[in-house]
Amino acid sequence: MAIRRVPEINASSMADIAFLLLIFFLVTTQMKTEVGIQRVLPPIPDPKAKIPEVKERNLLKIDITRNDKVLVNGSATGTEGLRDRIRFFVANNSNDSALPEKKFQDIYPLGKVAVSRGIVFLKSHPEASYETYIRVQNEITAAFQLLRDQLSKEKFGVPLASLSDPQKKEAIRQAIPAMVSESEPEPMK
Amino acid sequence: MSIFIKTRHRQGSFISTSSLPDIIFILLFFFMVSTRLRDTQILVNVVPPAASESQKLEKKSNVSYIYVGQPLNTTKHGEAYRIQLNDRYAETGEIGSFIGAEKAFRLPEEQKNLVVSLVADKRVKMNTIQEIIYALRQSEAFRVNYATRKE
Repeated sequence: MAIRRVPEINASSMADIAFLLLIFFLVTTQMKTEVGIQRVLPPIPDPKAKIPEVKERNLLKIDITRNDKVLVNGSATGTEGLRDRIRFFVANNSNDSALPEKKFQDIYPLGKVAVSRGIVFLKSHPEASYETYIRVQNEITAAFQLLRDQLSKEKFGVPLASLSDPQKKEAIRQAIPAMVSESEPEPMK
Repeated sequence: MSIFIKTRHRQGSFISTSSLPDIIFILLFFFMVSTRLRDTQILVNVVPPAASESQKLEKKSNVSYIYVGQPLNTTKHGEAYRIQLNDRYAETGEIGSFIGAEKAFRLPEEQKNLVVSLVADKRVKMNTIQEIIYALRQSEAFRVNYATRKE
């Protein structure tokens, strides 16, 4: 019996086909990393439930007016100073009686920490622009981020983002809770 | 010594390209896995507001998008800011059913963690945003991402 030679398949065009497919995927897909400010919304309050009373000293009121002006406790401020204002308010390092109360809590592995009860209350006018709103939200996020980093450096020697232990991260988050409250929108007509 | 002399005089050796298709296929699979198909045609013009503290959006498969902006074709659809859900313009009243549909094809444990990314133009008025946020709270989609661009 004669040995039949198997004809070799020419595979040189395979690379071209694969290249075409590759280019097709490069064109039709997007690799854009999306970024944003993330928030967890509160559930809609029960109309029958009583609104919990909040002491005046624990509240920092931020208003965005219809002309995109930012008011803190009724007085106009630029968004630049807002970050430090929130930090100063929440931290209350001097234990001022006009600034938020502190509650001592035992959080593992931090030990006993003073948790501020300060709440940032944000109210925006329906006519205000989204850009101003995001700028204020950005400042609030930055303020809490700075406070958390500060505590993390104090306790563990590294900023929050460099902590690898999820338990430590969670502890820092509990010690400085991001207490942001937003006004309920006016009833729609 | 003789070995070296032999190799030096060998001729006709060329690079084998038989592994090239495999390399390209690996690249192809990498792109197929790491990217997402452009699934919706964006009908509104969106310039997101800038923010320095923005975080990356994790787990893209569990993200639903709501776009708000001026229609691309202003002569046909007017200049008023519109909401886009999936491939068409919608009203705030339709957000509830949109979230319901988005949750329906996800696993129960994923449904709780559904993130709604609000891709809104910076010139949009707050009342539109507030209406959307209220509708999201009503339909129990509590996790939101306000899409921004890096400063």
